[in-house]
Amino acid sequence: MTGFFDIPSDLQHSWLGLVGLHLREALLPVLAGLVLSLPVAQLCVRFRWFYAPVFGVTTVLYAVPSLAFFVLLIDYTGMTESTVMIPLAVYSLVVLVPAIVDGVRSVPPETLAAATAMGLGPVRRYLQVQLPIAVPAIIAGLRVAAVSSISLVSIGMLIGNQGALGNLLNDAQIYHRPELAVNSVVTTAALGILVDALLVLVRTLLTPWMPRKGASR
Amino acid sequence: MTVIDFARAFFGDSAHWHGEDGIPHRVVQHLLYSAEALAIAAAIGLPVGLLTGHHRRGGNTLALVATAARALPTFGLLVLMFTWLGFGLVPVMIPLVALAVPPVLVTAYEAVRSVDPPPVDAARGMGMSETRILLQVELPVALPLVLSGLRTAAVQVVSTATIAAYVSFGGLGRYIIDGLAQKDYEKVVGGATLVVGLALATLAVFWAVARIAVSPGVRRSH
Repeated sequence: MTGFFDIPSDLQHSWLGLVGLHLREALLPVLAGLVLSLPVAQLCVRFRWFYAPVFGVTTVLYAVPSLAFFVLLIDYTGMTESTVMIPLAVYSLVVLVPAIVDGVRSVPPETLAAATAMGLGPVRRYLQVQLPIAVPAIIAGLRVAAVSSISLVSIGMLIGNQGALGNLLNDAQIYHRPELAVNSVVTTAALGILVDALLVLVRTLLTPWMPRKGASR
Repeated sequence: MTVIDFARAFFGDSAHWHGEDGIPHRVVQHLLYSAEALAIAAAIGLPVGLLTGHHRRGGNTLALVATAARALPTFGLLVLMFTWLGFGLVPVMIPLVALAVPPVLVTAYEAVRSVDPPPVDAARGMGMSETRILLQVELPVALPLVLSGLRTAAVQVVSTATIAAYVSFGGLGRYIIDGLAQKDYEKVVGGATLVVGLALATLAVFWAVARIAVSPGVRRSH
């Protein structure tokens, strides 16, 4: 296929540049979502009554379509990268909070009691016992959040070419070069699978006590 | 003007309430695409998920398939199918089904697989056939989770069917795509509000179905 990697100059990026841009637009929000969801999840674990309203709000927020979300933000943040990244951060938050709550709650009470008996304060107990044991659940959430985020960035094309690799879809149509659309889909899917595999690797490295062969979700 | 003013102006205009581009027609179109995509996804995902869950194997393969399907960019796939196949329902259905299958498949598998073994053994001991065990013992117990998978899929399909408008299809996405092209912000906000409402209505429908369909005994233990 000739010109598979010849990116039209109106996108102002090489293929690798678009890949970098795409990863930035997709993964920064996931990171922001993770940083925000850790304290929120901890609040939900500490105060049980807090979980039901948080769960309700996040379920409703997840039902907001990405395109509608982008469009409603244009009024405030314009046709910029932030308009794409804010909704993605919200979606990540929605996926991550229940995952982290489930993970932290799954720590057996005996383990917590043992940690307390060893003289660990609440902070160290959280950082050194609860969080590490919750790692598989957190990574499972991160995988869903990261992969869907990578897929959703493409829709940003519709709001003033903010879709990184998704912008290729528009160019594929206006220049009648279907191979650009193929490029966009294949590259985006490959990025998703790659990031997913990296997260699985991170989980294996962070949880050396887990059996190596196990059903993964 | 704020978003609320735009929405009020949009819904207040009587021209938006009838005809080809009227709200009722667009809502019906949107629901039809979504229902069709969900039905196809359920027809693929449920049998495969339930059967593999019943036999308690194939989980890793399912997880691989689900990850691959999730990684496919829905919007990119839509545009690509449109350039390859031209205008029609098939290029719209392929990405929506690819979006809906993973949650249905994975939760159906997980739900049946994690059913408590004692009742299943008891059923087998009573001489129930494998089909009856799956349909009369495992499925009722697994139903809340199976429904939650279908709900996730349905909400995602309803919200994502919006982008079908980009390839000249109807549905509520028309307002958003046309509004963006015409710089008619009123239309854009109106369309976005309608999609959010429809997605929330979908949540409500699934909540009601779960109330009715899940047996009281199962509900109590959840």
